[in-house]
Amino acid sequence: MKDFRYLEGVATLVLNEEKCIGCGECEIVCPHGVFILDNKKAAVIDKDGCMECGACALNCPVSAIEVTPGVGCAAYIIQTWVKRKDSTACGGGAVCC
Amino acid sequence: MNENSCCGTKNSVGPTGLQIQPFSSKQADDEVCCGTPAGPPSSPYEKPGYQIVRFVDGFMDMDSGLVPKVNTHLSLFDIAGSIMTRVGVNRNRYKISPGLYGIGNPTPDSPVLVTANYKLSFDTVRKELSGINAWLLVLDTHGINVWCAAGKGTFGTQELVKQVEASGLKQIVNHRKLVVPQLGATGISAHQVKKQCEFKVIWGPVRAADIGEFLNHDMKASVGMRRVTFSLPERLVLIPVEIYIGFKPVLLTMFLLFLLSGIGSDFFSFKNAWERGLIGISSLVGGVIAGAVLTPVFLQNLPGRAFSIKGAVAGIVTAIVVVLWYWKDTIWLETIGLMLFVITISSYLAMNFTGSTPFTSPTGVEKEMRKAIPLQAFALIVAAISWIGAGFL
Repeated sequence: MKDFRYLEGVATLVLNEEKCIGCGECEIVCPHGVFILDNKKAAVIDKDGCMECGACALNCPVSAIEVTPGVGCAAYIIQTWVKRKDSTACGGGAVCC
Repeated sequence: MNENSCCGTKNSVGPTGLQIQPFSSKQADDEVCCGTPAGPPSSPYEKPGYQIVRFVDGFMDMDSGLVPKVNTHLSLFDIAGSIMTRVGVNRNRYKISPGLYGIGNPTPDSPVLVTANYKLSFDTVRKELSGINAWLLVLDTHGINVWCAAGKGTFGTQELVKQVEASGLKQIVNHRKLVVPQLGATGISAHQVKKQCEFKVIWGPVRAADIGEFLNHDMKASVGMRRVTFSLPERLVLIPVEIYIGFKPVLLTMFLLFLLSGIGSDFFSFKNAWERGLIGISSLVGGVIAGAVLTPVFLQNLPGRAFSIKGAVAGIVTAIVVVLWYWKDTIWLETIGLMLFVITISSYLAMNFTGSTPFTSPTGVEKEMRKAIPLQAFALIVAAISWIGAGFL
């Protein structure tokens, strides 16, 4: 999203171009246009646009993409600090989504 | 009791045990008797313990079972439900039964669209499918929307494969394609779905409003359909829930403000608790407006990338208004307390708004929080000390 930008240089996204088979799935699923398919290889063109949703990594058939996926939600992160991770609920008692 | 009055007539029981209606096809229009005339008889599709929902017009008898036919018109009942949910009331129970539904007059060639069982999502999709023949496969996301449920994994590969099998979709359609909303890609792995149930996932547009155009263009989405947006209307609808969720902590803070405001050189003064407490509460309301309303509205215009900074800036502006308003009623120490209080509340609430946006990364949010929370805590403590201290001056 060009009109909204968040912190720069933090995204954990890594693309292994050697593994890439150029299927273009990452380019389709990314809602922020982070990838582009160029010469039958995916390339990251806007890493700071990445919100780490993990859609690309999950849909890469050859596991060429790595990202630490998660919810960019302060209330959720506070819960993970206080409680154990598996007992946190996004949207339940707390905010977000 | 008069045996011949309309309700008193004994219903005769037929040989099969079925109740036979009394021989009177006319409604009881002559006498009042049982009050208002009776409604329509029960539908043959009703079953004990089940209720046919309002958006179902009828059922299609398929080999795999009955498939409910859904209408695409949103009734006042649906709209009222959406408003309640947007405000936050009954938000966690606003769901429909998962499974397969039909829209229009679907045939084995009709497309299959996948969505979540959050009623707001379901309503948005069916409204856009007016005039289209399609199948709608609803996943059990526990009443959560596609994007959030995909993040949690309930709108996921396993659930999709499960619903494909449970609905008998392979016998109902003659193609092997599923249109899944693009924002579901966080939970659904297209190549895994293909491997597990033969169906090929076609990524649909981000917004339901583009479904019609997407289907008309041979299931091709334009670049615009593939990008999330966060326009002013999209931000505005989120504000009521932010406030609804903050209601309990705000009430608790109000109570604390009365307590703190009463402390002073007289040990505890109810007069001070009331008078200074009201000033404190006005500041709290100012902080909430700054953080939960002004920050989302002016998100693009406020300086800074971090939401806590945007919120603090909105807070400073609001704090100046609050301080000037109470200029004659407060002393310098109280002014400091009020300023810090409004800015902190606004900054904290703005930071929490990250969870409602579609562009903040968890790594970024955590980084911002590790810096902002200690500062916010420090500011809040200084604010409290100033406010209590002023009671002794």
